[in-house]
Amino acid sequence: MTAGPLVEVRDLRKHFPVGGGFLGSGRAVVRAVDGVSLAISSGETVGLVGESGCGKSTFGRLVLRLLEPTEGDVLFDGRSLSSLGRRELRALRREMQIVFQDPYGSLNPRMRIADIVGEGLAVHHLGTRSERRARVLELLTRVGLPADSADRYPHQFSGGQRQRIGIARALAVRPRFIVADEAVSALDVSIQAQIVNLLQDLRRELGLTLLFIAHDLRVVEHVSDRVAIMYLGRIVELAPRDELYANPRHPYTQALLSAVPELDRARRRTRITLGGEPPSPVAPPDGCAFHPRCPHAVERCRRDVPSLEGGARDHLVACHVFPVGPA
Amino acid sequence: MVLEVDGLETVFPLERGLLRAVDGVSFTLDAGRVLGLVGESGSGKSMTGLSLMRLVPPPGRIAAGAVRLDGRDLLALPERAMRAVRGAEIAIVFQEPMTALNPVLTVGSQIAEAVALHQPVGRRAAWQRAVELLGEVGIPDPARRARDYPHQLSGGMRQRVMIAMAISCAPRVLVADEPTTALDVTIQAGILELLRALRARHGMAVLLITHDLGVVAEQADTVAIMYAGRIVEYASAEALFATPLHPYTRALLRSMPELGRRQERLETIPGQVPDLLALPSGCAFRDRCPLVVEACATERPALLEKTPGRLVACLRV
Repeated sequence: MTAGPLVEVRDLRKHFPVGGGFLGSGRAVVRAVDGVSLAISSGETVGLVGESGCGKSTFGRLVLRLLEPTEGDVLFDGRSLSSLGRRELRALRREMQIVFQDPYGSLNPRMRIADIVGEGLAVHHLGTRSERRARVLELLTRVGLPADSADRYPHQFSGGQRQRIGIARALAVRPRFIVADEAVSALDVSIQAQIVNLLQDLRRELGLTLLFIAHDLRVVEHVSDRVAIMYLGRIVELAPRDELYANPRHPYTQALLSAVPELDRARRRTRITLGGEPPSPVAPPDGCAFHPRCPHAVERCRRDVPSLEGGARDHLVACHVFPVGPA
Repeated sequence: MVLEVDGLETVFPLERGLLRAVDGVSFTLDAGRVLGLVGESGSGKSMTGLSLMRLVPPPGRIAAGAVRLDGRDLLALPERAMRAVRGAEIAIVFQEPMTALNPVLTVGSQIAEAVALHQPVGRRAAWQRAVELLGEVGIPDPARRARDYPHQLSGGMRQRVMIAMAISCAPRVLVADEPTTALDVTIQAGILELLRALRARHGMAVLLITHDLGVVAEQADTVAIMYAGRIVEYASAEALFATPLHPYTRALLRSMPELGRRQERLETIPGQVPDLLALPSGCAFRDRCPLVVEACATERPALLEKTPGRLVACLRV
């Protein structure tokens, strides 16, 4: 374990050009990720929550350098990813893996499970053929798949089993850091619980560091040590889990939490209904991006972009109206 | 009682065998009430909804049962007569509005078309009505939005358009099949609120099909839990969430993470969602059930009234 964070994201931005414009002149850009900084300690799970289009998946891919950022940098174990050459970056990829939402779409239908799970080992020339095979079988058992899975094809598995395959593939190269991008969102409730438990067991056992991207605040509460809330390309609130759920400061976080359906009628909260819909990241509003939907917006919110600032209890919030008091 | 579904069976003859997607489903729906039909993939909940509309995709077919709307059995109608009922007296809203909307027509003209299909109105009046409906489902600036194409609208807006189309003829029954599953949580809340308001205003009965127990807990008056093509538990929402009786319902509720309920591990249901072509003998849930006994393998439990108003299909309850 290192003294500093395992993953340190520094002011990361990703702007995608959109639309025409003659010879690319005067093109609009989507500010998918617009200045995000985040440090993740070794062994920590950070939940990243936001609605579709908020940039959370893009952020996950930027952190792993599966996408080139427009600006900013990621430090992995103190090493700047932007300073690495291709070969070094490739070597570092072993340490950082991703598990996708759609286990089917992300598994090559023509490859046997053993080859899918062992691909990373082969790419990185790890072990002999028979060693790789042994490792694959061990992994399949570890993620709870039947022993005869190795020589079957993805279509022969259910959604939950495919997600186990995706996890085995990510683990094959013994990474230290995993981005789970909506890894349990598409699964049935009874299967989702199995996969969540599996991820948590593996995390404990292997000392994994996790960026858990999801839109379901219930699952995120269950798995995370800290939680970041994202809106339109920026983190608007970041706090240790218990603090965030007990004491949400940002009006967007409050609205999200109030919208979570509750099984227990006695505990049902007053729902905060937001007007309108998330604005387009092509033309974000001036000031705080949330102000057109915010029930508490004041004049200043229309003008100044609030920065993510913190104080007590490691609680950071980007809001002019409900800042966190000093520590 | 507006709708009475009685012994509905929908089957798919496949190469591997006869798949019983809906295997003897019965329930009733009252005006202005919401029945939540809950299940995981393959439970038959969506196929039940499509069967009510007589929209079962081939090679599936309805093999038995009755769907009585105000006493008239829809399954006995000739297709021509069913076309007059579908969309007018019973309408459906799907999960993914983008696939249900025509991408090359404005949303206004699509709603107007739905209006004109069942009502003797001219083009102008139908358009006017479309704009009104868009307003009713909470779309701001409806006269302008009516001229938009589906891709110009957000997912939430498109779902509102689908709802506008579904209610255009003031149907007696609205089938809502995962209407908010594809939507973000803040948008979902708005759509559910809209459905609730429309139900109150028009006295529509709603069949809310979903996998989300939380949504059902908040929206439904009664709940039917489906497993492997059958209803395994049927109760008022209040009773069901307070004291679930069927082992599957209980396990399902326990496996859901809930806000503020801290636990080390989530409880799980062992095994997989069942393969309908390879169901175990007797009770379909028995190989995942913590209460299983020998008799579960021989006898398929019937849905019986265990306490007043509560039906459970389990030998152990």
